Amino acid sequence: MPRPTPSQTVGPFYGYALPFPGGGEVVPAGHPEALTVHGYVYDGGGAPVPDALVETWQAAPDGSLAGRPGSLRRDPVTGGFLGRNGLDFTGFARVATDADGHWTVRTLEPPSGRPYLAVCVFARGLSHHLFTRAYLGAPASSDALLSALPEERRTTLMARQESERVHRFDIRLQGEKETVFLDFTTSHTSDTSGLRHGSGR
Amino acid sequence: MAGGADRPAHPGRDFAPYRSSVLRHPKRPLVPMGGDPDAAELYGPVFGVTDVTELDADLTRQHQGEPLGERITVTGRVLDRAGRPVRHQLVEIWQANASGRYAHQRDQHPAPLDPHFTGVGRCLTDDQGRYLFTTVKPGAYPWRNHLNAWRPAHIHFSLFGTAFTQRLVTQMYFPGDPLFPYDPILQSVTDPAARERLVAAYDHELSRPEFSLGYRWDIVLDGPAATLSEAALPEAVVSHAALPGSGEDR
Ligand SMILES: [Fe+2]
Repeated sequence: MPRPTPSQTVGPFYGYALPFPGGGEVVPAGHPEALTVHGYVYDGGGAPVPDALVETWQAAPDGSLAGRPGSLRRDPVTGGFLGRNGLDFTGFARVATDADGHWTVRTLEPPSGRPYLAVCVFARGLSHHLFTRAYLGAPASSDALLSALPEERRTTLMARQESERVHRFDIRLQGEKETVFLDFTTSHTSDTSGLRHGSGR
Repeated sequence: MAGGADRPAHPGRDFAPYRSSVLRHPKRPLVPMGGDPDAAELYGPVFGVTDVTELDADLTRQHQGEPLGERITVTGRVLDRAGRPVRHQLVEIWQANASGRYAHQRDQHPAPLDPHFTGVGRCLTDDQGRYLFTTVKPGAYPWRNHLNAWRPAHIHFSLFGTAFTQRLVTQMYFPGDPLFPYDPILQSVTDPAARERLVAAYDHELSRPEFSLGYRWDIVLDGPAATLSEAALPEAVVSHAALPGSGEDR
Protein backbone atom coordinates (compact mmCIF):
# COMPACT_ATOMS: atom_id res chain seq x y z
CA MET A 1 0.00 0.00 0.00
CA PRO A 2 1.56 3.33 -0.99
CA ARG A 3 2.31 5.73 1.84
CA PRO A 4 0.64 9.15 1.71
CA THR A 5 2.42 12.23 0.44
CA PRO A 6 2.92 14.57 3.41
CA SER A 7 1.09 17.87 3.61
CA GLN A 8 3.03 21.15 3.54
CA THR A 9 1.80 24.62 4.43
CA VAL A 10 0.00 26.61 1.75
CA GLY A 11 2.49 29.40 2.59
CA PRO A 12 1.98 33.13 2.07
CA PHE A 13 1.90 33.37 -1.72
CA TYR A 14 -1.04 31.21 -2.86
CA GLY A 15 -3.12 34.35 -3.30
CA TYR A 16 -2.51 34.72 -7.01
CA ALA A 17 -2.97 31.01 -7.70
CA LEU A 18 -5.77 29.40 -5.70
CA PRO A 19 -8.54 31.98 -5.19
CA PHE A 20 -10.68 32.62 -8.26
CA PRO A 21 -13.32 35.22 -9.07
CA GLY A 22 -16.68 34.22 -7.66
CA GLY A 23 -15.02 31.53 -5.55
CA GLY A 24 -17.45 32.17 -2.70
CA GLU A 25 -20.53 32.54 -4.93
CA VAL A 26 -21.80 28.97 -5.12
CA VAL A 27 -25.05 30.59 -6.24
CA PRO A 28 -25.26 33.96 -7.97
CA ALA A 29 -25.71 37.05 -5.83
CA GLY A 30 -29.41 37.87 -5.73
CA HIS A 31 -30.54 34.25 -5.92
CA PRO A 32 -33.81 34.25 -3.94
CA GLU A 33 -32.84 31.20 -1.88
CA ALA A 34 -29.21 32.17 -1.30
CA LEU A 35 -27.85 31.81 2.20
CA THR A 36 -24.87 33.87 3.25
CA VAL A 37 -22.41 32.08 5.52
CA HIS A 38 -19.59 34.25 6.77
CA GLY A 39 -17.16 34.67 9.59
CA TYR A 40 -13.65 35.37 10.76
CA VAL A 41 -10.62 33.17 11.19
CA TYR A 42 -8.75 33.89 14.44
CA ASP A 43 -5.37 32.73 15.73
CA GLY A 44 -4.51 31.69 19.27
CA GLY A 45 -3.89 35.30 20.27
CA GLY A 46 -7.37 36.31 19.12
CA ALA A 47 -5.98 38.15 16.08
CA PRO A 48 -7.73 37.75 12.74
CA VAL A 49 -5.84 35.62 10.20
CA PRO A 50 -5.62 37.65 6.98
CA ASP A 51 -3.93 34.92 4.95
CA ALA A 52 -6.14 31.90 5.42
CA LEU A 53 -7.93 30.04 2.66
CA VAL A 54 -11.36 28.60 3.43
CA GLU A 55 -12.99 25.93 1.27
CA THR A 56 -16.50 24.56 1.73
CA TRP A 57 -18.17 21.48 0.31
CA GLN A 58 -21.75 20.35 0.87
CA ALA A 59 -24.60 18.21 -0.33
CA ALA A 60 -26.88 19.85 -2.89
CA PRO A 61 -30.36 20.83 -1.69
CA ASP A 62 -31.75 17.68 -3.35
CA GLY A 63 -29.34 15.57 -1.30
CA SER A 64 -26.92 14.79 -4.11
CA LEU A 65 -23.24 14.46 -3.19
CA ALA A 66 -22.10 13.95 -6.77
CA GLY A 67 -21.01 17.55 -7.27
CA ARG A 68 -20.89 19.29 -10.63
CA PRO A 69 -17.95 20.74 -12.57
CA GLY A 70 -17.74 24.41 -13.35
CA SER A 71 -16.63 26.12 -10.14
CA LEU A 72 -13.67 27.68 -11.99
CA ARG A 73 -15.35 27.94 -15.40
CA ARG A 74 -12.85 29.46 -17.80
CA ASP A 75 -12.78 31.50 -20.96
CA PRO A 76 -10.77 29.60 -23.59
CA VAL A 77 -10.28 32.85 -25.52
CA THR A 78 -8.66 34.99 -22.84
CA GLY A 79 -7.73 32.32 -20.28
CA GLY A 80 -9.72 34.32 -17.74
CA PHE A 81 -12.60 33.27 -15.52
CA LEU A 82 -16.20 33.25 -16.73
CA GLY A 83 -17.80 32.57 -13.36
CA ARG A 84 -20.16 29.67 -12.71
CA ASN A 85 -22.97 29.17 -15.18
CA GLY A 86 -25.63 29.87 -12.57
CA LEU A 87 -27.41 26.56 -13.22
CA ASP A 88 -25.16 23.77 -11.98
CA PHE A 89 -24.80 23.57 -8.22
CA THR A 90 -21.12 22.65 -7.78
CA GLY A 91 -21.27 22.48 -3.97
CA PHE A 92 -17.76 23.92 -3.72
CA ALA A 93 -16.56 27.32 -2.55
CA ARG A 94 -13.07 28.71 -2.08
CA VAL A 95 -12.37 32.07 -0.49
CA ALA A 96 -9.28 33.74 0.86
CA THR A 97 -9.80 35.71 4.06
CA ASP A 98 -9.54 39.46 3.57
CA ALA A 99 -7.15 41.80 5.38
CA ASP A 100 -9.49 41.60 8.37
CA GLY A 101 -9.56 37.79 8.47
CA HIS A 102 -13.11 37.69 7.12
CA TRP A 103 -14.63 35.28 4.56
CA THR A 104 -18.05 35.02 2.90
CA VAL A 105 -19.77 32.20 1.03
CA ARG A 106 -23.15 32.46 -0.69
CA THR A 107 -24.80 29.11 -1.19
CA LEU A 108 -28.02 27.10 -0.87
CA GLU A 109 -29.19 25.44 2.30
CA PRO A 110 -27.81 21.90 2.62
CA PRO A 111 -30.40 19.13 3.04
CA SER A 112 -31.68 18.16 6.49
CA GLY A 113 -29.79 14.85 6.46
CA ARG A 114 -26.45 16.61 6.18
CA PRO A 115 -27.26 20.13 7.37
CA TYR A 116 -23.71 21.44 7.33
CA LEU A 117 -20.96 22.86 5.19
CA ALA A 118 -17.80 20.78 5.33
CA VAL A 119 -15.05 23.34 5.89
CA CYS A 120 -11.35 22.99 5.11
CA VAL A 121 -8.96 25.66 6.37
CA PHE A 122 -5.49 26.39 5.03
CA ALA A 123 -3.13 29.15 6.22
CA ARG A 124 0.43 30.30 6.27
CA GLY A 125 1.81 28.78 9.46
CA LEU A 126 -0.56 25.82 9.29
CA SER A 127 1.46 22.79 8.17
CA HIS A 128 -1.57 20.60 7.52
CA HIS A 129 -5.06 21.82 6.69
CA LEU A 130 -7.88 21.48 9.21
CA PHE A 131 -11.40 20.16 8.67
CA THR A 132 -14.41 21.39 10.57
CA ARG A 133 -18.15 21.72 9.93
CA ALA A 134 -20.49 24.68 9.96
CA TYR A 135 -23.93 23.38 10.96
CA LEU A 136 -26.72 25.61 9.71
CA GLY A 137 -29.96 25.41 11.60
CA ALA A 138 -31.00 22.72 14.05
CA PRO A 139 -29.27 19.39 13.44
CA ALA A 140 -30.94 16.06 14.04
CA SER A 141 -30.47 14.77 17.57
CA SER A 142 -29.05 11.63 15.97
CA ASP A 143 -26.15 13.53 14.39
CA ALA A 144 -23.19 11.30 15.23
CA LEU A 145 -20.60 14.05 15.54
CA LEU A 146 -22.62 16.56 17.54
CA SER A 147 -24.06 14.03 19.96
CA ALA A 148 -20.56 12.82 20.82
CA LEU A 149 -19.39 16.29 21.85
CA PRO A 150 -19.81 18.07 25.18
CA GLU A 151 -21.99 21.18 24.95
CA GLU A 152 -19.21 23.77 25.07
CA ARG A 153 -17.36 22.06 22.23
CA ARG A 154 -20.49 21.42 20.19
CA THR A 155 -21.34 25.12 20.02
CA THR A 156 -18.15 25.83 18.07
CA LEU A 157 -19.67 23.91 15.15
CA MET A 158 -23.02 25.69 15.17
CA ALA A 159 -23.31 28.68 12.86
CA ARG A 160 -25.22 31.52 14.54
CA GLN A 161 -28.18 32.79 12.59
CA GLU A 162 -27.88 36.58 12.31
CA SER A 163 -30.92 37.18 10.14
CA GLU A 164 -33.24 35.13 8.00
CA ARG A 165 -30.65 34.22 5.39
CA VAL A 166 -27.36 35.11 7.09
CA HIS A 167 -25.30 32.73 9.24
CA ARG A 168 -22.11 33.55 11.11
CA PHE A 169 -19.40 30.93 11.56
CA ASP A 170 -16.08 31.94 13.11
CA ILE A 171 -13.09 29.64 13.08
CA ARG A 172 -10.72 29.78 16.05
CA LEU A 173 -7.50 27.93 15.27
CA GLN A 174 -6.40 27.89 18.92
CA GLY A 175 -7.42 29.12 22.35
CA GLU A 176 -10.24 29.01 24.82
CA LYS A 177 -13.07 28.69 22.30
CA GLU A 178 -10.99 26.67 19.88
CA THR A 179 -13.09 25.26 17.05
CA VAL A 180 -13.63 21.51 16.96
CA PHE A 181 -11.49 20.11 14.15
CA LEU A 182 -12.05 16.71 12.63
CA ASP A 183 -9.71 13.85 11.81
CA PHE A 184 -10.74 11.69 8.88
CA THR A 185 -7.37 10.13 8.17
CA THR A 186 -5.79 8.43 11.13
CA SER A 187 -8.70 6.46 12.50
CA HIS A 188 -8.12 3.60 10.07
CA THR A 189 -4.93 2.59 11.84
CA SER A 190 -6.33 2.15 15.30
CA ASP A 191 -9.90 3.24 15.83
CA THR A 192 -12.70 2.61 13.37
CA SER A 193 -15.39 3.66 15.79
CA GLY A 194 -13.95 6.92 17.00
CA LEU A 195 -17.26 8.69 17.10
CA ARG A 196 -18.98 6.13 19.24
CA HIS A 197 -16.13 6.08 21.73
CA GLY A 198 -15.06 9.66 21.16
CA SER A 199 -15.11 11.75 24.26
CA GLY A 200 -14.42 14.84 22.20
CA ARG A 201 -11.80 15.82 24.72
CA MET B 1 3.87 -3.72 9.15
CA ALA B 2 7.49 -2.93 8.44
CA GLY B 3 9.31 -0.67 10.89
CA GLY B 4 8.48 2.96 10.39
CA ALA B 5 5.32 2.28 8.42
CA ASP B 6 3.24 3.69 11.24
CA ARG B 7 5.20 6.91 11.62
CA PRO B 8 3.04 9.88 10.77
CA ALA B 9 3.37 11.04 7.20
CA HIS B 10 2.08 14.53 7.86
CA PRO B 11 3.87 17.28 9.73
CA GLY B 12 2.76 18.04 13.26
CA ARG B 13 0.91 21.34 13.28
CA ASP B 14 2.82 22.41 16.39
CA PHE B 15 6.33 22.36 14.90
CA ALA B 16 7.79 25.36 16.75
CA PRO B 17 10.85 25.93 14.50
CA TYR B 18 8.30 27.04 11.88
CA ARG B 19 7.52 30.19 13.81
CA SER B 20 4.20 31.15 12.19
CA SER B 21 2.76 27.86 13.39
CA VAL B 22 2.88 28.83 17.06
CA LEU B 23 -0.50 30.61 17.24
CA ARG B 24 -2.03 28.83 14.29
CA HIS B 25 -2.49 25.25 15.42
CA PRO B 26 -5.19 23.71 17.60
CA LYS B 27 -4.09 22.51 21.03
CA ARG B 28 -6.98 20.13 21.53
CA PRO B 29 -6.88 16.74 19.84
CA LEU B 30 -8.84 16.43 16.61
CA VAL B 31 -12.11 14.52 16.85
CA PRO B 32 -11.81 11.17 15.04
CA MET B 33 -14.47 10.69 12.35
CA GLY B 34 -13.45 7.24 11.23
CA GLY B 35 -16.71 5.46 11.81
CA ASP B 36 -19.16 7.77 10.06
CA PRO B 37 -20.24 6.40 6.66
CA ASP B 38 -22.70 9.28 6.20
CA ALA B 39 -20.13 12.08 6.19
CA ALA B 40 -20.50 14.48 3.25
CA GLU B 41 -16.69 14.64 3.30
CA LEU B 42 -16.52 11.13 1.81
CA TYR B 43 -17.54 12.82 -1.44
CA GLY B 44 -16.07 15.98 -2.86
CA PRO B 45 -16.02 18.66 -5.51
CA VAL B 46 -15.55 17.62 -9.12
CA PHE B 47 -13.99 19.55 -11.97
CA GLY B 48 -14.15 19.23 -15.72
CA VAL B 49 -12.99 20.52 -19.06
CA THR B 50 -14.64 23.88 -18.44
CA ASP B 51 -12.42 24.46 -15.39
CA VAL B 52 -9.06 24.49 -17.21
CA THR B 53 -7.78 25.89 -20.49
CA GLU B 54 -5.20 24.34 -22.73
CA LEU B 55 -2.42 26.75 -21.80
CA ASP B 56 -2.87 26.26 -18.06
CA ALA B 57 -0.49 23.30 -17.92
CA ASP B 58 2.32 25.10 -19.76
CA LEU B 59 3.64 27.89 -17.58
CA THR B 60 6.20 28.88 -20.22
CA ARG B 61 3.55 29.90 -22.77
CA GLN B 62 1.30 32.19 -20.78
CA HIS B 63 2.98 35.41 -21.94
CA GLN B 64 4.39 36.96 -25.11
CA GLY B 65 7.92 35.68 -24.61
CA GLU B 66 9.87 32.81 -23.07
CA PRO B 67 10.53 32.98 -19.34
CA LEU B 68 14.10 32.95 -18.06
CA GLY B 69 15.40 29.82 -16.40
CA GLU B 70 15.89 26.12 -16.86
CA ARG B 71 12.87 24.67 -18.69
CA ILE B 72 11.51 21.54 -17.00
CA THR B 73 8.58 19.18 -17.23
CA VAL B 74 7.12 17.74 -14.06
CA THR B 75 4.89 14.71 -14.32
CA GLY B 76 3.59 11.86 -12.22
CA ARG B 77 0.46 10.12 -11.03
CA VAL B 78 -2.06 10.99 -8.38
CA LEU B 79 -3.07 7.86 -6.46
CA ASP B 80 -5.33 7.06 -3.56
CA ARG B 81 -4.31 5.10 -0.49
CA ALA B 82 -5.07 1.83 -2.25
CA GLY B 83 -2.80 2.76 -5.15
CA ARG B 84 -5.66 3.44 -7.53
CA PRO B 85 -5.39 6.39 -9.92
CA VAL B 86 -7.33 9.55 -9.11
CA ARG B 87 -8.88 10.28 -12.49
CA HIS B 88 -10.00 13.56 -14.00
CA GLN B 89 -9.31 15.59 -10.90
CA LEU B 90 -7.90 19.08 -10.55
CA VAL B 91 -4.19 19.65 -9.93
CA GLU B 92 -3.07 23.22 -9.28
CA ILE B 93 0.49 24.52 -8.89
CA TRP B 94 2.20 27.80 -8.11
CA GLN B 95 5.86 28.68 -7.81
CA ALA B 96 8.53 31.36 -7.76
CA ASN B 97 10.32 32.27 -10.98
CA ALA B 98 13.85 31.15 -11.77
CA SER B 99 15.25 33.96 -9.60
CA GLY B 100 13.22 32.94 -6.56
CA ARG B 101 10.58 35.69 -6.82
CA TYR B 102 6.81 35.20 -6.74
CA ALA B 103 4.54 37.32 -8.91
CA HIS B 104 2.83 38.35 -5.68
CA GLN B 105 2.73 41.92 -4.46
CA ARG B 106 3.80 40.96 -0.97
CA ASP B 107 6.93 39.15 -2.13
CA GLN B 108 9.54 41.87 -1.71
CA HIS B 109 12.61 39.68 -2.20
CA PRO B 110 14.88 41.88 -4.35
CA ALA B 111 15.23 39.35 -7.15
CA PRO B 112 13.93 40.28 -10.60
CA LEU B 113 10.35 39.67 -11.63
CA ASP B 114 10.05 38.00 -15.01
CA PRO B 115 7.45 39.64 -17.29
CA HIS B 116 7.14 36.33 -19.11
CA PHE B 117 6.39 34.20 -16.06
CA THR B 118 3.52 34.21 -13.60
CA GLY B 119 4.06 30.78 -12.09
CA VAL B 120 0.47 29.45 -11.88
CA GLY B 121 -0.66 26.21 -13.55
CA ARG B 122 -3.63 23.85 -13.57
CA CYS B 123 -4.57 20.59 -15.22
CA LEU B 124 -6.90 17.63 -14.87
CA THR B 125 -5.44 14.18 -14.31
CA ASP B 126 -5.97 11.70 -17.17
CA ASP B 127 -7.43 8.17 -17.12
CA GLN B 128 -4.32 6.86 -15.36
CA GLY B 129 -4.25 9.69 -12.85
CA ARG B 130 -1.36 11.39 -14.63
CA TYR B 131 -0.62 15.10 -14.60
CA LEU B 132 2.04 16.99 -16.56
CA PHE B 133 3.31 20.56 -16.33
CA THR B 134 5.88 22.42 -18.39
CA THR B 135 7.52 25.20 -16.42
CA VAL B 136 10.92 26.54 -15.33
CA LYS B 137 12.85 25.42 -12.30
CA PRO B 138 12.06 27.82 -9.47
CA GLY B 139 14.85 29.54 -7.54
CA ALA B 140 15.49 29.29 -3.81
CA TYR B 141 14.37 32.35 -1.86
CA PRO B 142 14.95 33.92 1.56
CA TRP B 143 12.29 34.35 4.23
CA ARG B 144 12.22 35.78 7.73
CA ASN B 145 11.56 32.72 9.86
CA HIS B 146 15.04 33.03 11.38
CA LEU B 147 18.36 34.68 10.48
CA ASN B 148 19.58 33.55 7.06
CA ALA B 149 16.51 31.43 6.36
CA TRP B 150 16.18 30.15 2.78
CA ARG B 151 13.53 27.98 1.23
CA PRO B 152 14.86 25.19 -1.01
CA ALA B 153 13.47 25.39 -4.54
CA HIS B 154 9.94 24.02 -4.55
CA ILE B 155 6.65 23.95 -6.44
CA HIS B 156 3.42 24.28 -4.47
CA PHE B 157 0.76 21.67 -5.35
CA SER B 158 -2.95 21.57 -4.55
CA LEU B 159 -4.86 18.31 -5.13
CA PHE B 160 -8.35 16.89 -4.88
CA GLY B 161 -9.35 13.26 -4.59
CA THR B 162 -12.79 11.77 -5.03
CA ALA B 163 -13.49 12.71 -1.40
CA PHE B 164 -13.00 16.02 0.37
CA THR B 165 -11.15 14.02 3.06
CA GLN B 166 -8.38 13.42 0.49
CA ARG B 167 -7.70 17.12 -0.05
CA LEU B 168 -3.98 17.86 -0.11
CA VAL B 169 -1.85 20.98 -0.36
CA THR B 170 1.85 20.28 -0.38
CA GLN B 171 5.20 21.22 -1.93
CA MET B 172 7.46 19.33 -4.34
CA TYR B 173 11.23 19.66 -3.94
CA PHE B 174 14.14 18.96 -6.29
CA PRO B 175 16.65 16.17 -5.63
CA GLY B 176 19.91 16.92 -3.87
CA ASP B 177 19.08 20.43 -2.71
CA PRO B 178 21.67 21.49 -0.07
CA LEU B 179 19.06 23.62 1.72
CA PHE B 180 16.96 20.65 2.89
CA PRO B 181 18.48 20.37 6.39
CA TYR B 182 18.02 24.08 7.03
CA ASP B 183 14.36 24.34 6.05
CA PRO B 184 11.88 24.07 8.96
CA ILE B 185 8.97 23.62 6.55
CA LEU B 186 10.42 20.47 4.98
CA GLN B 187 11.76 19.37 8.38
CA SER B 188 8.30 19.74 9.92
CA VAL B 189 7.85 16.31 8.34
CA THR B 190 9.89 14.43 10.92
CA ASP B 191 9.96 10.98 9.31
CA PRO B 192 12.90 10.91 6.85
CA ALA B 193 11.10 8.42 4.59
CA ALA B 194 8.08 10.71 4.44
CA ARG B 195 10.31 13.71 3.64
CA GLU B 196 11.76 11.75 0.74
CA ARG B 197 8.28 11.39 -0.69
CA LEU B 198 8.25 15.17 -1.17
CA VAL B 199 11.32 15.10 -3.41
CA ALA B 200 10.88 14.54 -7.15
CA ALA B 201 13.25 12.28 -9.08
CA TYR B 202 15.21 13.47 -12.08
CA ASP B 203 14.24 11.11 -14.90
CA HIS B 204 16.41 11.25 -17.99
CA GLU B 205 13.77 9.39 -20.00
CA LEU B 206 11.47 12.35 -19.41
CA SER B 207 13.98 14.94 -20.57
CA ARG B 208 13.21 16.16 -24.06
CA PRO B 209 16.22 16.59 -26.35
CA GLU B 210 17.21 20.24 -26.77
CA PHE B 211 14.10 21.35 -24.88
CA SER B 212 13.60 20.46 -21.22
CA LEU B 213 14.72 18.40 -18.23
CA GLY B 214 12.26 15.91 -16.80
CA TYR B 215 11.21 15.29 -13.21
CA ARG B 216 8.86 12.60 -11.93
CA TRP B 217 6.79 12.98 -8.81
CA ASP B 218 3.95 10.67 -7.80
CA ILE B 219 1.45 11.85 -5.21
CA VAL B 220 -0.55 9.65 -2.83
CA LEU B 221 -3.64 11.18 -1.27
CA ASP B 222 -4.43 10.27 2.32
CA GLY B 223 -7.91 9.92 3.73
CA PRO B 224 -10.91 7.71 3.07
CA ALA B 225 -13.51 8.08 0.32
CA ALA B 226 -16.94 6.53 -0.10
CA THR B 227 -15.40 4.28 -2.75
CA LEU B 228 -12.49 3.36 -0.50
CA SER B 229 -13.92 1.50 2.43
CA GLU B 230 -11.46 0.17 4.95
CA ALA B 231 -12.68 -3.38 4.43
CA ALA B 232 -12.03 -3.11 0.70
CA LEU B 233 -8.48 -1.82 1.06
CA PRO B 234 -6.47 -5.07 1.17
CA GLU B 235 -8.29 -6.46 -1.85
CA ALA B 236 -7.71 -3.26 -3.80
CA VAL B 237 -4.03 -3.43 -2.99
CA VAL B 238 -3.78 -7.01 -4.16
CA SER B 239 -5.55 -6.33 -7.44
CA HIS B 240 -3.33 -3.32 -8.06
CA ALA B 241 -0.18 -5.35 -7.47
CA ALA B 242 -1.45 -7.96 -9.89
CA LEU B 243 -2.09 -5.47 -12.67
CA PRO B 244 -0.08 -6.42 -15.73
CA GLY B 245 2.38 -3.83 -16.95
CA SER B 246 2.01 -1.66 -13.85
CA GLY B 247 5.43 -0.22 -14.61
CA GLU B 248 4.44 1.15 -17.99
CA ASP B 249 3.11 4.48 -16.78
CA ARG B 250 6.20 6.42 -17.67
FE1 LIG C 1 6.92 28.94 -1.73
